[in-house]
Amino acid sequence: MEALFPNGWAHYLAGGVIMGLAMSFLFLSTGLIGGMSTVFTSVWSYFSRAPFFQEGRFVSSRLWRLVYAAALIAGAFVWLAGWGQPFVTEVPIWRLLLGGFIAGFGARLSNGCTAGHGICGMASLQPASILSVLLFLATAMITARIVAGFA
Amino acid sequence: MNARTLNFVGISGALFGFGLALSTMVQPEVVLAFLMWRDMGLLLVLGGAVAVTFVSYQLLPRVMARPWTGDSFGKHPSEMSARTLAGAAIFGIGWGLSGVCPGPAIAGLGVGNWPLLLSLAGLAAGGFVQGFFFAPKSP
Repeated sequence: MEALFPNGWAHYLAGGVIMGLAMSFLFLSTGLIGGMSTVFTSVWSYFSRAPFFQEGRFVSSRLWRLVYAAALIAGAFVWLAGWGQPFVTEVPIWRLLLGGFIAGFGARLSNGCTAGHGICGMASLQPASILSVLLFLATAMITARIVAGFA
Repeated sequence: MNARTLNFVGISGALFGFGLALSTMVQPEVVLAFLMWRDMGLLLVLGGAVAVTFVSYQLLPRVMARPWTGDSFGKHPSEMSARTLAGAAIFGIGWGLSGVCPGPAIAGLGVGNWPLLLSLAGLAAGGFVQGFFFAPKSP
């Protein structure tokens, strides 16, 4: 156990269960699927006339996705105020920027990220999502090791 | 979309953000430690989230005609295609480079992790380039 979870395991499991409850409550109350990466396409519908951004699925969901994103920040702040410590990452700027760009491009090409494919797609047993999760776990593990080797 | 629906969205989002913070996924260092097999905690995060969501996705549409607000229960649209799989592989490269995926990039701001603004800028730029230059052909 110590080797697998050097920082403990309970907060990981509790955090995951709470995220599952959040997805469940969203589904129960609204029927919506709480993927996260679509907000990075739908928000462009406010600014760009490009036909893809103006598709109905983005225009009709852009408001709730923004509310959802803002609420994510608020929820994390509640944890900080009640239980946690502030945290500032030391991952270099270039990795945050370039990694964000590549992840944003890939997630939108794939129509899903760790939330959309990882939680929602796997929870609905969709083969394309399950395969996507295995693929992105593999490429992420390889990339992290390569970058750590050079850094 | 009415105010009641948006309230439910807000409650769900806050709960999700709280879970992301509690699980420490808002710390890219923790994600990178998982990807390098130094701390397998993220398997518990994913497993816990999928198990609970699986039960509600399977159960609720069988016992309820429709959600409290809205006409029907949705489904995550996953299409088995080269586009989906190539995108997933590319997404993993970015995730492994930064340790940041979309949910934690947003939620992390709530714990004061301000450099994640750079991740958000990158994610938004990547989403723009995909939608502007690589959109699927309209059906």
